[in-house]
Amino acid sequence: MFKTHSLSFAYYQGREFWFPDIQLKKGENLLILGESGIGKTTLLHLMAGLLKPNSGKIELMGTVLNELSLAKLDHFRGRHIGLIFQRPHIIQNLSLSENLALIQYLVGKPQNKNQIKAILDNLGIGHQLHKKPRQLSQGEQQRATIALALINRPQLILADEPTSSLDDKNCTKVANLLKEQASATNAQLIVISHDQRLKDQFQNTLTL
Amino acid sequence: MNILRLSFRNVTSRPLSTVLSLILLILGVGMISLLLQVNRHIQQQMENNVRGIDMVVGAKGSPMQLILSAVYHIDDPTGNIPLHEAKKLQKNRLVEFGIPLSFGDSYEGFKIVGTNHQYPELYKATIKKGHLWKRPLEVTIGATVAKKLSLKIGHIFNGNHGLVKGGESHEDHAYQIVGIFNYTNSVLDQLILTASESVWDVHAHKDIGNNEGKDHVDHHHQDEDHADQHHEEENRTDQHHEDEDHTDQHGEDDDHNDQHNEDEGHADQHHEEEDHEDHLEPPENEHELTAMLIKFRNPIGLLQLPRMVNEKTNLQAAVPAYEISRLFNLMGVGLDTLNTIALAIMLVSGLSVFVSLYNAFKERKYEMALMRSYGATRWQLVWLVIQEGLLLTLIGFILGILFSRLGLWAVSELMEETYHYTFSGWTWLNEEGWLLGASLAIGLLACILPAIHVFRINLSKALANA
Repeated sequence: MFKTHSLSFAYYQGREFWFPDIQLKKGENLLILGESGIGKTTLLHLMAGLLKPNSGKIELMGTVLNELSLAKLDHFRGRHIGLIFQRPHIIQNLSLSENLALIQYLVGKPQNKNQIKAILDNLGIGHQLHKKPRQLSQGEQQRATIALALINRPQLILADEPTSSLDDKNCTKVANLLKEQASATNAQLIVISHDQRLKDQFQNTLTL
Repeated sequence: MNILRLSFRNVTSRPLSTVLSLILLILGVGMISLLLQVNRHIQQQMENNVRGIDMVVGAKGSPMQLILSAVYHIDDPTGNIPLHEAKKLQKNRLVEFGIPLSFGDSYEGFKIVGTNHQYPELYKATIKKGHLWKRPLEVTIGATVAKKLSLKIGHIFNGNHGLVKGGESHEDHAYQIVGIFNYTNSVLDQLILTASESVWDVHAHKDIGNNEGKDHVDHHHQDEDHADQHHEEENRTDQHHEDEDHTDQHGEDDDHNDQHNEDEGHADQHHEEEDHEDHLEPPENEHELTAMLIKFRNPIGLLQLPRMVNEKTNLQAAVPAYEISRLFNLMGVGLDTLNTIALAIMLVSGLSVFVSLYNAFKERKYEMALMRSYGATRWQLVWLVIQEGLLLTLIGFILGILFSRLGLWAVSELMEETYHYTFSGWTWLNEEGWLLGASLAIGLLACILPAIHVFRINLSKALANA
């Protein structure tokens, strides 16, 4: 269960964002559409606990994110929230499998090579296991970031413009991938985008 | 995969700045460690060799030179002293023992020292093979000599005149090796020991000549003022032939002067009246010593004897303890300067580590934020940065120590080649523990600013702007 309640945030005084309440059950997904500058990324960062809201609360699995201490929040996010960012960023000095192993390590989970191999195979980049990020193609990098977000089997997957740099074919592919992965772990998926192509892919849409 | 491995990857991923930091660290750490080691070895050698010797008596000259030549055998002797004067000193009630040393010859660059059995005893030398010399021209050799020249008992050799290889050799007086010492880690390892008589025998023909020369010189010195006068007068008398007696005296003085000229380097000695009397009837072929090592019966000796010898005899007394501390004081200035330079290099290396870490942080700000968003805590990231800094300085320190050991080995080879001195033992010094602490502190210091930045990273901003 994920819900937000009367969230607001201001980067500086006088320009406050107010966000509609969101409520998702296990296995549900949601597309949040909106134009640039309307506060989409801000909302995502609030939901991920990267920003602290001025008012309101964010609740995942009964835990109120904005009431946690910073260290606990980091840990909670690492275990239960998977983040996919607009541009594919992966730790450059580590190979793909090492990136995934590090993420497992950071939340204190055992480093499971089979799980790493399985998730990469699932995303179609299993053969790139030992490649450094810069040796991967754009599309492979995009899929790699999905692997990073999903390796710890999060309850909530948050994706920020995952398809904006992709063509139609790959756009559909990535959207399907995200949905598949989310339903595989019975996670809640929230995608934030201005990409109208995604409209047809999701049953719930919220326009800011 | 863990934070340490990531630190390591990050360090190796920027080879240029890493290598620069490492080179600076190696230079700084290596230099300081090398200085510490060399200093310790020299000090140890110096102290090891001086044990039991309270005072050294030799010919007038530089006291430092006397100590260096008679105790450490690394400088030329100041000259010779008459045996009977040394013996007189030996009988002084404040003297426990006096060990005679006469040297001037060498074999393959190793000094042949005429002495008595007390000398090896002083260094607690034990016999490895054979026995101590019993007759003149029998020698017992130090362990290093035996090893370097692969000499065995029974080997017969001729000594060379002088202390360097290739001097004129004494063909008709062959030494025979009758014993080899165990290692003493002292100067003894580098010496060929024999009876004082051997050296006198080998030099018999020359020494008599020298003795005569010296006696004459002594006369000359006593009459120095007269002689000068005579010289002036000589000119006059040569011209005028006025005074017969004077002319005779001149003749004598001329002889003395000629011989004095042949005999070099003893010109500025001063004589007391009693010596003058001694020399009125000099023993015909009196033996000479190069120096005598003296141990006092009690500390009063130290207060009285050096002064007595220097003021009342034509010998020179030098106190090793005093000369060595003087030497270390002189060396200390140079060591301090080098230490300061090395310390400066270390600080610069710290700066380079800082720049390297700071640039890396700016480049990888996004990665740091990414790691946070994947569950890394702030302290884990701070630890990541600190580990990178410490990893760099630690590797630098280890390489620096290796570098210093390599340098020490080179210096030791050089010392052995030049001075026949061996450095012993590769020990870890306490000071090097401090050096490790200082290196790590510098590494930690370099981390502080990047670590603070990492700690205060604004996740949302860093991720959104990337």
